[in-house]
Formats: sequence, structure tokens, C-alpha cells
Amino acid sequence: MDFTIDSEQKALVKAVRGLITNVYESSEARREATATDPGFTAWEKLAEMGVLSLPFEATPVEVSLAAEELGKVIAPEPFVEAIVLAGGLIDALGTDEQKKQYLDAVAGGEILPILAWMEPGRRWSADASAVTFADGVLNGVKAPVVQAERADLLLVTAALPEGGTGVFLVEGATAVETTITNDGGRAATVTFGDTPAVQLGEGGDQTAAIEIALNRARIAYAHEALGAMETALTTTVGYLKTRKQFGVTLNTFQALNHRAADMYVALELARSTIMWATIVAADEDTTPEQLATAASHSALQVSVAGSHIGLDSIQLHGGIGMTAEYSVGHYASRLIAIQHLIGDADFHRARLAATVGDHDVFDPIG
Amino acid sequence: MRLQLSAEDQAFREEMREFFTTQVPQDIRDTMINHGEITRDQIVRSQQALNAAGLAVPGWPVEWGGKDWTQLQRHIWHEEMQLAGVIPPLAFNASMVGPVIATFGSQEIKERFLPATANLDIWWSQGFSEPDAGSDLASLRTTAVRDGDHYVVNGQKTWTTLGQYGDWIFCLVRTDPDAPKKQMGISFLLIDMKTEGLTVRPIELIDGGHEVNEVFFDNVRVPVENLVGEENKGWTYAKFLLGNERVGIAQVGASQRNLATAKDKAKQMGVFDQYKSRIVDLENQLNALELTALRVAAGSSGDKPHPASSVLKIKGSQLTQAVSDLFVDLEGPAAITSRETRIFLNNRKVSIYGGSNEIQRQIIAGTILGL
Repeated sequence: MDFTIDSEQKALVKAVRGLITNVYESSEARREATATDPGFTAWEKLAEMGVLSLPFEATPVEVSLAAEELGKVIAPEPFVEAIVLAGGLIDALGTDEQKKQYLDAVAGGEILPILAWMEPGRRWSADASAVTFADGVLNGVKAPVVQAERADLLLVTAALPEGGTGVFLVEGATAVETTITNDGGRAATVTFGDTPAVQLGEGGDQTAAIEIALNRARIAYAHEALGAMETALTTTVGYLKTRKQFGVTLNTFQALNHRAADMYVALELARSTIMWATIVAADEDTTPEQLATAASHSALQVSVAGSHIGLDSIQLHGGIGMTAEYSVGHYASRLIAIQHLIGDADFHRARLAATVGDHDVFDPIG
Repeated sequence: MRLQLSAEDQAFREEMREFFTTQVPQDIRDTMINHGEITRDQIVRSQQALNAAGLAVPGWPVEWGGKDWTQLQRHIWHEEMQLAGVIPPLAFNASMVGPVIATFGSQEIKERFLPATANLDIWWSQGFSEPDAGSDLASLRTTAVRDGDHYVVNGQKTWTTLGQYGDWIFCLVRTDPDAPKKQMGISFLLIDMKTEGLTVRPIELIDGGHEVNEVFFDNVRVPVENLVGEENKGWTYAKFLLGNERVGIAQVGASQRNLATAKDKAKQMGVFDQYKSRIVDLENQLNALELTALRVAAGSSGDKPHPASSVLKIKGSQLTQAVSDLFVDLEGPAAITSRETRIFLNNRKVSIYGGSNEIQRQIIAGTILGL
């Protein structure tokens, strides 16, 4: 059992941190980026540094380390959505030709791929029902689809005529209606009306592969959330030490310090689970069931600790925490968004409940 | 980063599991697993079984029966012991007074006490807390005044756990009332509980049980050779002792075993589905706790406590209480007559002793967050 990272991984962290804190040097810089389309500005630089190729060339550990650094500044880049999830699915399912056609361009930042998998009224199901595929065309509605308007390539999950779910590629224009998300990002409702589409990979029911890709993405998102939680706490601690009320700094008040201590407890416990989940994902012997369990355990930590830390950060700041000009509210907002991208606490409790009766003691290293 | 234990640690884990589940008397493990009343005799037999195999005091120096284990191995030893329902070695002996004597005591005092302490031939009690000095330990007022070859001890200790069984008591006593700071002028003294003038009085707790006591000292004469280390340096030894309390502080193995028992119970009662979500939540939190304990154990260098030890104490005690709460709820209306409810009430103590959770939050706020 080893939770430490090696020197190359440390160098990666340092490089990504240097790049991303330069682009988003303050929450004001992030606000400026999200105010204009497409809502993010570091993509090319991340491509140049090789960050966008990590899921295809490195292990889940490197992917997670990068995601955590992006989370620390709540970078609005769709790294997990486009690279880990959509790119990961092309890598996992695509034919050799499709991989050759797309992966280099994705890693180079030339093509932004997005997976359209969520459907109106449904909750984080890996299979599709609202969009169907038949006779070379897609019909139906997907929503929300993160950054759909900006996407060069949509990967669309769709119900197959013979049953099961496939993944289909759509290039170019589709009917897209974009909304600004609660965390300043972009998401859209995408409508397919006899839209021509090409099958990704060899065909057949691909629900299992979609589920694996979603679980890997969940773990990367959890690291993004971990980075966000860490900054939210650090910012709050800094505020408690400097802000004066009644003639003294806030850290004079024990009640406030104890709440900060509880946030730290939540952060460290979440960190343990989330790091472990990445180690599970990186282990070649891990089964899809073990991956799903690890993803759900870390998603549950993200939900509970993310709300706790995000919302208490606002509370401990008082009114300033409510303002768009100050950073902590944006962290809370991003943490809430991540919870609802990866599946909320009740969803993951229900997933874990399916197997909780099968074992005696749950052994994370067994 | 790596998921599995090293081959060496994995083998160690299996060796521990094998020993604890086959070599410790079954009646003891059954009582623990079924939440029965543990007797003094069972505690002694359990420790002696461990000591005979060299597994009672791994944290001590090797020459006194310790093991040259890593922090991770000590963690595994403790967790496997708890998972198997083995009673851990008596903390007062194994992790409190023993290491202090082994580290700071004279050769004579080591030879006199350490073998008997490891084998629980002497049952130690702890004499730290006083009525006006709980978390603020340094405020203690029990005095020891030198009179020839003896100290004369007067005062009162309280919360002396299992003091009714104690043969000897290790005490912090004030030897210099004029010291410039209250932490100075305290000494660490070993006292035979049969000495004239020493009386033990039971304190009844909310669970109806008797596990803590008051201990009164009325001109108790203690030979000077029972002083550990130097006079007036007791605070240093006490801090060392309290640092040792951290091994197994999260009690994660015990909570895991209890949760597994709760699952079985819920299934037998036909209410498993009703409690599934709560069980999942507890299992998720216990997993986070176990992984954090592994991080702390793997990250500890030497004998310095990892700064996140307070996280383990806070969350560990909360989960001990939460799992015991689940047992009470599983009882339904029978809870009002159930032993589980008394255990639940008794478990309120775990967030109070060993530095209350509020003290732990102070430590996190002060030493980790810099507040």
C-alpha cells in the first residue's frame, strides 16, 4: 500500500500547476474567461504541455493529478468531459482507424469531443432510451450535454433497434440550445432529427464499456473536486486569520475554528478514498465491478464532503462569500455541479447498496 | 502509488490473522463479537496468550519484548486483532506505563516492572486526571512531598478506568508547587495500590456499569525508588505517553467487525433493505477511515505522530458511536431493555477520553491549519 507519487509525477503536478495558475491567476481571471465563449482559455496550452494526451499515454494516476490541479483553480476547461470521458471512450471502443483519425487531434487540442449521454428526466444511466439509432440516423434529445455547442465531435449514446446501447459519432452542426450552467460553464440540449451518425467501434451493446468510461471519469472528477475542496478550505482559513470583527481576527472565535477543523477532517477522509479509487483504477487486475465500487465510494465522499466544505466556506466568510466577486462561492458552485455530473449521494448509496450484503467486512486492499 | 500491500506486509497480515483467529481462546473472541461482558480474567488470559507469542507489546524496545515493526505493521497487527475479536493488550500496561518505564526508567526499575507489565502479572491503573484537571491536565494538584526515603502523597485522582482491578497505579504528582510554569514541577510516580492510605471508590456511570473510579491518597508513603526518571520531569514523560496512545486510536477494526455483525443481525431480522442505505453510508465512512489510518501509518516517520492523528480520533470515535447507534435501532422496542443501549450510552465516552474531540479540533485548528 503506497499513497506517494514518484518524482516524474511530482514534476507533472508542478508543471500543470504552473501553467494553470498563470492562466487563472485569480478568480477574476476565471470570471473573465467564463464570461466569453467558449468559456475557457487554457486549452491550447494544456495541449502543448501534453496534459490532453494523459488518458491515452499515461495511467489514471497522472490523469487524476492533472484533474486535481485544475480543480484547485476550478479551471473551466472541460478536461474530464472531453478528454477523460469522450476521449477515453474513443480510445476504449474505437476501431484502429477511428483512433488514428481522432485521438491525436483530440490530444492536440484540435478537436473537442463530447459525450452526450445524459437524458432529460433520467438519472445517470449508462444506457440510452431518449435517443434511438436506426438506419444510419439518430433521433431524440440529449440533455444536459456539457459544451455541446463548442464540440467538434459528439459521441452520442443511443438505443439500438435490437436492444442495448451503442455509441455514435456526429460531426458538425446539430440543433443545439445552450444554457450557462450554475458554475459558469456551458451545457446544452441537443436535438437529433434523422441526424446521420457513424457507429463508434465494432457495434453491439456497449453499455458495459460506457459504464467503465463513466466510472473512470467519476474518479477523475472526484480529484477535481478534491482540488476545489482544498482551495475552498485554504481560502477560508486565510480569511479567518485576517478578517477582523469586534476588533479581533475571526480565528479568535473557537466556534469558527472548530468548524474549519471539521472541514479539514472531511477533506482528509475524502482525500484517502479518492486517492484509493485512483489506485484501484490504475491497477491492471481491477475488475469492472471493483472499479464501479471504488468510483461510487469516492463519488459519495465528493457529495458529502463537497457540500460540507463548499457550503461552510460560504458560511464562514459571511456576506462576502455570497458575492460573485469573491472566489469561495464559485468553489461551492463547482462542487455542487460535480456532484450532479457524477451522480449524487443517493444514487451512489443505491449503487453500493446492491452489493453491501454480499460481503462481511469491506476490505479496500483485499 | 500502489494498491496492494507489499508481499512482506501481506504475509505479515495473514500470519496475524491466522494467529488471532486460532490461538486466542474462543470464549474471549465470542464474548467480544457478541458484545458480552468482558471479565478481568478474560483480559488477563488474552494478553498472556499474546505475550506468550511475543505479540503483546510490539511498540516496546526489542530488548524488552518489543518488535522492530514499521508503523504499518503495527497498524495491521492492531486491526487484525480487532477484526478477530481479540481483546487488545491492556492499554495502561502496553501503551502507557510500559513505554515510559522502558524509555525513561532506571535499569533497576525496568527489570522490576517490565516483564510483569507485559504479561499482565501487574495490572496498572492510570492516575492522571483529577476533578479539576481533565483536559487541562497540567492543573493537577495531587502532591508528593519528600520525607527521607519516601514521598508522601496526598490528593485525589478520578476517572481511573478499571481501577478496581489495579495492582499498581502510575501517577502524575506535583513535587514542586513553586515551579514557574504549572507543567514544571510534576513527577511520574509508581504506587502500589495496597499501600496504606490509598482508597478506591467506584463511580457509577449512565450505563449502570462500574468501570471508572476515584482514587484517594491520604498520606500515602511511596519509596523514592518508585520515581520514574527525574523529579519534576513528569510532564515530558506524560506527553510521550499520550503520544503513544495514537496506535489504533481510530478503532477501525472493531467498528468494521461490529458493522459486519449489524448486517447479519439486520438480515436475520428481515429488515436489511430498510437499513441498507445507512449501512452503506457507514461502510463508506469506515472505508475512508481505514484508508486514512493506512495513510497515517504508512506516512509516519519514526515516532512522531502524523498531524492527521486527530482526524482519526475524531472520526474514529464518531463512527464507533454511529455503529453502536445502529445496533440500538436494530433492537426496535427491545432497545429499552437491551445491553446494546447500555453499550451505546457507554460509548459516549470515546469522544471525551484521550483528548476530547473538541481538544482534537483545537489541535487541528492550531497545529495544522495555523488558526
